[in-house]
Amino acid sequence: MTVPSGRQGKCEFTFTVNGRRETVRAYPMERLLDVLRHELNLNGTKEGCGEGECGSCSVLMNGELANSCLIPALQASGAEITTIEGLAGESQLSVLQSAFLECGGAQCGICTPGMILSARHLLNKNANPTTDEIREALSGNLCRCTGYAQIVEAVAQAARHRSAE
Amino acid sequence: MTEEHIIGTSVPRKEGRDKVTGAARYVDDMTLPGMLYGATVRSRFPRGIIKKISFDPQFTWSEFVIVTARDIPGKNCIALIGDDQPCLADGKVSHPEEPILLLAHANPHLLRKAVDAVTIEYELLPAIFTMEASERREHIIWGTDNTFKTFLISKGDVDRVWSKADYIVDGEYTTGAQEQLYIENNGVIAAFDLEQGITIWGSLQCPYYVHKALMALCGLKEDKVRVVQMETGGAFGGKEDYPSIIAGHAALLAVKSRSPVKIIYDRTEDMTATTKRHPSRTRHRTAVSKDGKILGGEIDFTIDGGAYATLSSVVLSRGTIHAGGPYYWPNIRIRGKAVATNMPPHGAFRGFGAPQSLFAMERHMDRIAQTVGLSPIEIRRRNFLKPGQTTTTEQTIREDIDLGKLLDRALELSDYPAKKAKFAQENQTGPIKKGIGLATFLHGAGFTGSGERYLASVVGVEGCADGSVRVLVSSTEFGQGTNTVLCQIAAEALNLPYDDVRIAQPDTNQVPNSGPTVASRTAMVVGNLVRSAAVGIKQTLIASGMLGDAYSPEEFRAACKNHIAEHGKLCSTARYDPPPGVFWDDEKYRGEAYATFAWAAYVAEVEVDLSTYIATVKDFVALQEVGKVLHPILAKGQIIGGVAQGIGFALYEKVVWQNGRMQNGQMTNYIMPTSADLPEIRVFFEELGNVHGAYGAKGIGELPMDGPAPAIVNAIEDALGARFDSIPLLPEDIFETISADGVR
Repeated sequence: MTVPSGRQGKCEFTFTVNGRRETVRAYPMERLLDVLRHELNLNGTKEGCGEGECGSCSVLMNGELANSCLIPALQASGAEITTIEGLAGESQLSVLQSAFLECGGAQCGICTPGMILSARHLLNKNANPTTDEIREALSGNLCRCTGYAQIVEAVAQAARHRSAE
Repeated sequence: MTEEHIIGTSVPRKEGRDKVTGAARYVDDMTLPGMLYGATVRSRFPRGIIKKISFDPQFTWSEFVIVTARDIPGKNCIALIGDDQPCLADGKVSHPEEPILLLAHANPHLLRKAVDAVTIEYELLPAIFTMEASERREHIIWGTDNTFKTFLISKGDVDRVWSKADYIVDGEYTTGAQEQLYIENNGVIAAFDLEQGITIWGSLQCPYYVHKALMALCGLKEDKVRVVQMETGGAFGGKEDYPSIIAGHAALLAVKSRSPVKIIYDRTEDMTATTKRHPSRTRHRTAVSKDGKILGGEIDFTIDGGAYATLSSVVLSRGTIHAGGPYYWPNIRIRGKAVATNMPPHGAFRGFGAPQSLFAMERHMDRIAQTVGLSPIEIRRRNFLKPGQTTTTEQTIREDIDLGKLLDRALELSDYPAKKAKFAQENQTGPIKKGIGLATFLHGAGFTGSGERYLASVVGVEGCADGSVRVLVSSTEFGQGTNTVLCQIAAEALNLPYDDVRIAQPDTNQVPNSGPTVASRTAMVVGNLVRSAAVGIKQTLIASGMLGDAYSPEEFRAACKNHIAEHGKLCSTARYDPPPGVFWDDEKYRGEAYATFAWAAYVAEVEVDLSTYIATVKDFVALQEVGKVLHPILAKGQIIGGVAQGIGFALYEKVVWQNGRMQNGQMTNYIMPTSADLPEIRVFFEELGNVHGAYGAKGIGELPMDGPAPAIVNAIEDALGARFDSIPLLPEDIFETISADGVR
């Protein structure tokens, strides 16, 4: 957990989260992860290591994959952010979420939100990735349960479905 | 009535939708009004007397809740088996990171600083960091002889075999500590009020373990402790006993402050302070005939338990019983020993002692093969256990397992013979050396020996007012699929659609004690009880005349509603009843150690680059007989996940110790495999069934942890022709061994 300096006060930041404009008061060096979870109640973004190794806190920031535990609130000011809560429609899961569910891509579920955002980032850049490209793209997201195979399968299935749509 | 089976199909995971949308609630996602945050002041030294605790006067300590051992209302111990571990150190410390004092405050940032503002002065005592130093009794740090537990398994007359042996094969094998590395760290919230007592919400495997520990710690009666399991982000044994400690700490802070208290560990605290797999050392001495038959042998299996006894005796038990592998030993003596060191206590991790002793057995089989001049395949084939023969504990194998056939299929699936020949050819030139290795093994399902009888698990199945059915168990979901599989079983037993069955959140106020979620027992043992309880509901409805013998789901729902309207609560319970004719002698360690075993043959293909000394697994075949596969996707997920952890155990995961403290307690420098590191893990099942398990299920969760490490190290030996008897085997270890011994 970042320890904000007691001398610096909170500031107001505005950014767009899952398509909604949000204004929050936070310390400039407060982690985006904590701002999302505590100020905006978006608890789908998870903390695994707090040092950018595990990828559980992955979000999309201006279309790029980012570890929200390493992003200070200040840096996120004005940015467009997508979290796991922004992927599903009102009643329908996204193609990726459905594929994770069908293929067994989620076991304990703690890495799943970050993993899905990482996969989303990949498919945004490369609509038809090979298995090796999927494995490479997801290698910044650690999963201790699955051994990754069913996650890789889910991403490949989602890519096929998206290209078929 | 539906004729379609739910068992054997891959229905959607019950809580899957919440997990892929981010809606699933883990303990850190929960906040209570007026909640404080708790933190732990820990020992910096492995062993010493606490002389003085001082608080930096620059802090306003009156704002903090401070708890020491003196604030404990009940007994200062973590009630588990031996009750020797204090909840908070009282006067002395026995390992680094031992909890000494607790703090709580509403501001987590200030709390973090306050932990560093507590200074503890010690009179340091000499400490012990290795099994060997503990055995030499350089200092007595636990009991009278530094020994938590010993076991002796004795079959036949080993002392007479040595003179008849054509070969006597010796070997010593060691395995290192391994961190469970669930991605969600340990965490709990505790609340207290005089009326209801203590409530715990936590990330945990065994609600009733925590319940028992808190009753003793806080001196409260059964109905004044409530434990609720939140969604749990991985466990693997790491949340079997440790949650009793962190829950105890949060409870003490909540009792003193009368405010809810949340404690969530950060990654380094979780890695350095909580349990790991026991390091082990196994010595083999085996008498073998010239045709490769094992005549008898001695096995010494020793594990490092750390500073307190905790679960070491049971880990040792499983490791000792599995030490002889899936082979027939006419004569054997196995000595198991768990010793004390001044390290944080080691604990449960998937496999629970078996991966350690089976690593030794399967490495040793290759050693025997070389000595006798047989192939690794042939030596195993000549010694496999057969139906009618007895295990090392003299348990007769009653199921129709043909290990030779299982091995043949694994060799075929992996293309073993062709690859072996090809690699031998290719390895003559170039820096890339390839190898292929195998391991054959077994894993006992459920608690050992009399364990299930003592547990006497109870489950409930209830009909609900809306006509649906709810499964009531304390068995927890932490990724492996408990919720899904138990609902499948109830649905199958009641001929209902899967969606008509739900499972209650594990809450000791709501669910009976179906035992801990450990030991690969849930699908098999608890599942069987869920099946009987579900049948009980059906029988009640049929006996009441509200339901016919054959019915549609609509008719069932209507009958359920009517019955509740007329008679109130509709609940059926089932209690574990030991199968007849099962004999186990706890004193002599003889008899039916397990209701059944799962069997497996794994083949690993590796590549070692002699310019970097990095070993990579290129292909992996995991073939196993696990009874009936209840849910193909979940079962496959268990195997692949277990193999991945096994690859980590063998090649990546090294705990660096200094004075008993883990030095690399970060994901940056304790390395687990990523998606880019792993090969395709090819999973195959044989399904013999099992009369003791729900719809023929056997335990499956731990099995895949046992085989990968020896198969991989056997493959590395095949590639390099150098002997490796210790894991983890990192590039620097391979480099050192080759530099010393040279490549064949």
